[in-house]
Amino acid sequence: MTRKRRRLYFIALGLFGLFAGTGLVLSAFQDNLVFFFSPTEMAAKKPSTGQRIRIGGLVENGSVNKNGETVTFTVTDMTSSLPVRYTGLLPDLFKEGTGVVVEGHLGTDGVFAASEVLAKHDENYMPKEVADALKKSGRWQETAAKAKTIAPTAP
Amino acid sequence: MLTELGQFALALALPVALIQALVPLIGAARNAPAWMAVARPAAFAQLGLIGLAFAALMHAFIVNDFSVVAVFENSHTAEPLFYKMGIWGNHEGSMVLWIAILAAFGAAVAAFGDNLPPTLKARVLAVQGMIGAAFIAFILFTSNPFTRIDPAPLQGNGLNPILQHPGFTMHPPMLYLGYVGFSMAFSFAVAALIEGRVDAAWARWVRPWTLAAWTFLTLGIGLGSWWAYTILGWGGWWAWDPVENASFMPWLTGTALLHSAIVVEKREALKSWTILLAIVTFSLSLLGTFLVRSGILTSVHAFASDPTRGVFVLAILTVAIGGALILYAIRAPRLEGGGLFAPLSREGALLLNNLFLATAAMTVLLGTLYPLFADALDLGKITVGAPYFNRVFVPLMVPLAAAAAIGPLLAWKRGDLSAAMTRLLAAGGIALTVLAVFAALNGADLHGLAAAGGLGLAAWLGGASVTEWCARNRPFASGALARIAHVPRAAHGMTLAHFGLAVVIAGVTASSAWKQEYIQTLAPGESIVVAGYTLRFDGATPVRGPNYDAMRGQFVITKGTREITTLGPERRTYVQPQQTTTMPALLTTPLADLYTVIGDPQGENGAFVTRVYYQPLVPWIWAGVILMFLGGLTSLSDRRLRIGTPRRAASVGAQPAAAE
Repeated sequence: MTRKRRRLYFIALGLFGLFAGTGLVLSAFQDNLVFFFSPTEMAAKKPSTGQRIRIGGLVENGSVNKNGETVTFTVTDMTSSLPVRYTGLLPDLFKEGTGVVVEGHLGTDGVFAASEVLAKHDENYMPKEVADALKKSGRWQETAAKAKTIAPTAP
Repeated sequence: MLTELGQFALALALPVALIQALVPLIGAARNAPAWMAVARPAAFAQLGLIGLAFAALMHAFIVNDFSVVAVFENSHTAEPLFYKMGIWGNHEGSMVLWIAILAAFGAAVAAFGDNLPPTLKARVLAVQGMIGAAFIAFILFTSNPFTRIDPAPLQGNGLNPILQHPGFTMHPPMLYLGYVGFSMAFSFAVAALIEGRVDAAWARWVRPWTLAAWTFLTLGIGLGSWWAYTILGWGGWWAWDPVENASFMPWLTGTALLHSAIVVEKREALKSWTILLAIVTFSLSLLGTFLVRSGILTSVHAFASDPTRGVFVLAILTVAIGGALILYAIRAPRLEGGGLFAPLSREGALLLNNLFLATAAMTVLLGTLYPLFADALDLGKITVGAPYFNRVFVPLMVPLAAAAAIGPLLAWKRGDLSAAMTRLLAAGGIALTVLAVFAALNGADLHGLAAAGGLGLAAWLGGASVTEWCARNRPFASGALARIAHVPRAAHGMTLAHFGLAVVIAGVTASSAWKQEYIQTLAPGESIVVAGYTLRFDGATPVRGPNYDAMRGQFVITKGTREITTLGPERRTYVQPQQTTTMPALLTTPLADLYTVIGDPQGENGAFVTRVYYQPLVPWIWAGVILMFLGGLTSLSDRRLRIGTPRRAASVGAQPAAAE
């Protein structure tokens, strides 16, 4: 086999890999991209029921209602709110008045059926999407975000 | 006092690293031995200085010196000593660990690299010095671990409770040994490009470093996964989270590098591809560092989101990748091509391995970065979740694993596929049997068929690994022990690693396909039945840990009439920081985990929301990772890698090879 031949095989293999990879990526992207909306955007865009989406905002104070394993609560960006239903154990850091990201789909009854509730790992932590959503709705308070403030001095 | 000493040592390490980066490089270019000789003491000095800084920081953590900001923010007097010693549970400390490992690798080359040609050794250490200088500067200017507060607080803020877990304490050092270990492959690649020469001897010098990095990265990823599984309480071990991907991408390309370096060593082919892989692998390690350190991703690893840090790491990333790739573009065409081979050969199989691994790494990269780009370009906020990765990654891994079974049986240059397949008849038979049995049991739908296929694939790869080992060692013929001892350790290591991969595939398949989840409210005395086990809930009682209070549930597990054990999942509330965490309790059997979690109390009668998972074959995932790790270690102990490093053949000209 000549060097040219070998190179040809190499290139053919590479192209095959590239095409296979691209094909897989495109087909997977088509079905599996999950968009993130704030409650305001949800109200404005009215995504079709059944489409997988993520919503983020604050858990409205006094809205959490636990009934056995099923929990209902309201996610708000201070402009609009969206009722959410979730069956399962809530994450440890789920609290009223703190940031939350919920993945699921909008039910026909207008209640967001959550399959996953993400409240991230640190109590002071605000999910980036939620912070952006709050900034968009103009309800972001810088002071609330900065929990730890100490003035370090040089050694 | 010690803290100031640490600060001073760290600051001093920067000029030392700069000297290590420049002087030997100039010396190698001018062929001045005295200049090149600077590399060795500089590498040792760097290790000594950074080691001192590391020790000083650890001392500050152990004695609870809260006048140090990093200690104040991340430690607490009530924390167990073991977690205090894990000084990498915060941004500053983890970066100190990063450079300490880098310095250790550099010093190891200086100490053990006596058989390297002096110019190559000088250049490798110079490139290591550059990386070191960049990261020491990063620490000194953006994340100084020794910054003080005055007056010193009396108590610290405490380590994030979910990081207080032995798996997590060991996870960063192992992961960094991998990440940073790939810097060796990178330095060797850049040095070879500067020299303009890559040959079998070069590949043999690079392989042990790559192998060591790969081995520890494998264990590091496994530990991280185990940590997530045993502490986060959601019952999963992998979520295709961007941070997980950040460590997984270098693993994929590192695995490819490991295999392509074999081709360079044995056949002197695929040289420039191997160089490129070495550059890409370390670049992905740097990218991983950037992704988790910059705060651009939201995760437990994003300790602090100071934008200057992100910009700094991004600058390092750009210079390192850009510089290396420009050098590659200039020099790679001059690398002489090596031995020819037919597509159906050991080389061909290893090339196929590289192709699939590289493609997989790129698809993971795309899925990981796409949301960042989409956000930056204002295309909307998008999440690329597990379904994308599963759909793209699994189809790429199936042919890879199938080919990994055949590759080792093919000869170099020109292999005989039908002969290889004949030897794999037994493995094929076992695989088909496994496939048929599980398809008959669960194959009612596509899901069940896919699971059966995954188990069949695992049986195929496992069976083929054993077949190949038996063919090489003939364990049942006379003199087997002597023969097994005589076969290169690297061959045993390969068998272990491939077999481990088969075990991982089986575990991943079964746990993805047949995981069962039960969520229910249980009052004391009530019980549920999960996969043949009866779990009786006996209520929850408060317990007190060293730095937390907890409600511990009690599950009595019985199977038939036999009482097996009692599980005590906890819901812990830490004192400082005030944070609640879930601590699942597991019953591990060879075939499955029974995984229990306790949630919130319900009503007045002592009932709790509880969650129980039945996790088939998850223990196999950990076992498989350990096998792969052991395979790496076995291979590392191969005497060819330890001592028999070849001198460069005298016949190889000193001049860079002419262009093809």
